[in-house]
Amino acid sequence: MSFMDFLNFHIVPGVVLGSIYAVGAIGITLVFGILRFSHFAHGDMATLGAFVALALVTAGLTPWAALPIAMAAVAVVAIVVDKLFYDYLKARPKIMTVMASLGVALMLRAVVQVVFGVDPRTYASGIVRPDEYFGILLRDRELYTLAAVVAIVIGLTLFLRHSRWGKAMRAMSDNPDLARLSGVDNRKVTMLTWAIVGALCAASGFMLGINNELHSMMGWQVLLPMFAAAILGGVGRVEGAVLGGLIVGIAEELSIFILPAQYKAATAFALLLLILLVRPRGLLNGKVL
Amino acid sequence: MALLEMKDVRGGYGDADILHGVSMTVGEREIVVIVGPNGAGKSTAMKSVFGLLTIRGGNIVFDGEDITGWAPDRIVQRGICYVPQVDNVFREMTVHENFEMGAFLRRGDLAAAYDRIYGLFPDLKAKRRNLAGDLSGGQRQMVAMGRALMLDPKLLLLDEPTAGLSPKYMEQIFQITRDVRDAGVSILLVEQHAKQALAFCDRGYVLATGANRHEGSGQALLADREVAEMFLGG
Ligand SMILES: Nc1ncnc2c1ncn2[C@@H]1O[C@H](COP(=O)(O)OP(=O)(O)O)[C@@H](O)[C@H]1O
Ligand SMILES: [Mg+2]
Repeated sequence: MSFMDFLNFHIVPGVVLGSIYAVGAIGITLVFGILRFSHFAHGDMATLGAFVALALVTAGLTPWAALPIAMAAVAVVAIVVDKLFYDYLKARPKIMTVMASLGVALMLRAVVQVVFGVDPRTYASGIVRPDEYFGILLRDRELYTLAAVVAIVIGLTLFLRHSRWGKAMRAMSDNPDLARLSGVDNRKVTMLTWAIVGALCAASGFMLGINNELHSMMGWQVLLPMFAAAILGGVGRVEGAVLGGLIVGIAEELSIFILPAQYKAATAFALLLLILLVRPRGLLNGKVL
Repeated sequence: MALLEMKDVRGGYGDADILHGVSMTVGEREIVVIVGPNGAGKSTAMKSVFGLLTIRGGNIVFDGEDITGWAPDRIVQRGICYVPQVDNVFREMTVHENFEMGAFLRRGDLAAAYDRIYGLFPDLKAKRRNLAGDLSGGQRQMVAMGRALMLDPKLLLLDEPTAGLSPKYMEQIFQITRDVRDAGVSILLVEQHAKQALAFCDRGYVLATGANRHEGSGQALLADREVAEMFLGG
């Protein structure tokens, strides 16, 4: 196999998948860093986002025009879910919120299954041939996915680094008591965090859907690689989530060289075990769990 | 009338009371120090001003207004800022960002406020882009004080600002505390270095087992035999 073939058939799909994992992992890391629990409904929130976009596409929008609307819709859903379930448990041990998020995951999935059915769907049918860029083969949807992920990561980083409320989010993650003593309103930061996390969920679900197909289990199936990515990079770190996502995505695509293809999904699990054994705070030194 | 007046405050973290009736006042432009053995409830008394525990009795009046049980952001807005004993900086944020968070509730041009803070802590100017968590203990303490001063409070609460610092830094922190007071801020200070603190404060309180034990001017407390024997190591 030539080097370009290796690049085109293994690395490129790995980077595309990995950047989608990265978007999911950023959300997981934000919830963990700021709200301090593991959000198991993350995957199914992504599924919801993918199907909201499908509904918009069915109504006549192009998929990429549907994306921002789906992001906004799931942002609202995430805020409502927080107000209805997680907020109610905030004074209780965090494990209760984790369990509640598992319940929310099942609920969101049930809604998707009732409304959209359980059969696989797609945004657009037909075979798309890739274009060549300096020897690298990319389909439009892959190119747009990568561009969207880069835009999301840059936008979010600028927001967290430079805006007033972005800094408030970082402060809340860094030292919640001191943030409150500085006059930061915890409820506003929580709401903002859910809005961002919901939007990121929708984006990752949409990108999974447009690069493959939509089905009601799609989000649940990527929950493990997304968590692996967040932990691998160092929980609480956005740049770590990006790095972790890319590593998990590429590792999954390369796993076929040593594992039968049906074990692809085990790669994330193996990576997760490995990092927890060797470097539990992740590559970029996340918060201690 | 005193700027801050705590009257017979009782309360604790869980069901049991830690404070069994603590009363103290801080006047305008006054430095008041709280001393006492470890576990006496000094930090708890300070936290009670910010409602960080369950208050079951007494009340806290600030500038003529009863602030008992107010949310921290409201108290901060009213003019009290607080430097906790531990975890008092945002470690993963730069020195300058720590100051920005201190000014979170303040709108408008902050250039003068930053000038004032970097004037008080000139050493930090060169470190403004460093993460607060990477600084030495003394400099971190200065970041913590700077963060609290960004809102231009009327009253500053400092919980053991010199703990674990070298004598050089301790002297520097005391000097800055005096400078801040001279600029018009009242100060309530908890100190382990009781002798030095009593020597430089206006008034002091000795707390033991969650209640007032002695009070008076710093000089009077230093001269008091019982205080000396109990808390100052003879
Ligand atoms: N967050 C807390 N939760 C429960 N008990 C606490 C907490 N902080 C302090 N205490 C208890 O309250 C008592 C007084 O502590 P503290 O006010 O920190 O004393 P000091 O500052 O005088 O050394 C101690 O017995 C301590 O164990
Ligand atoms: Mg203390």
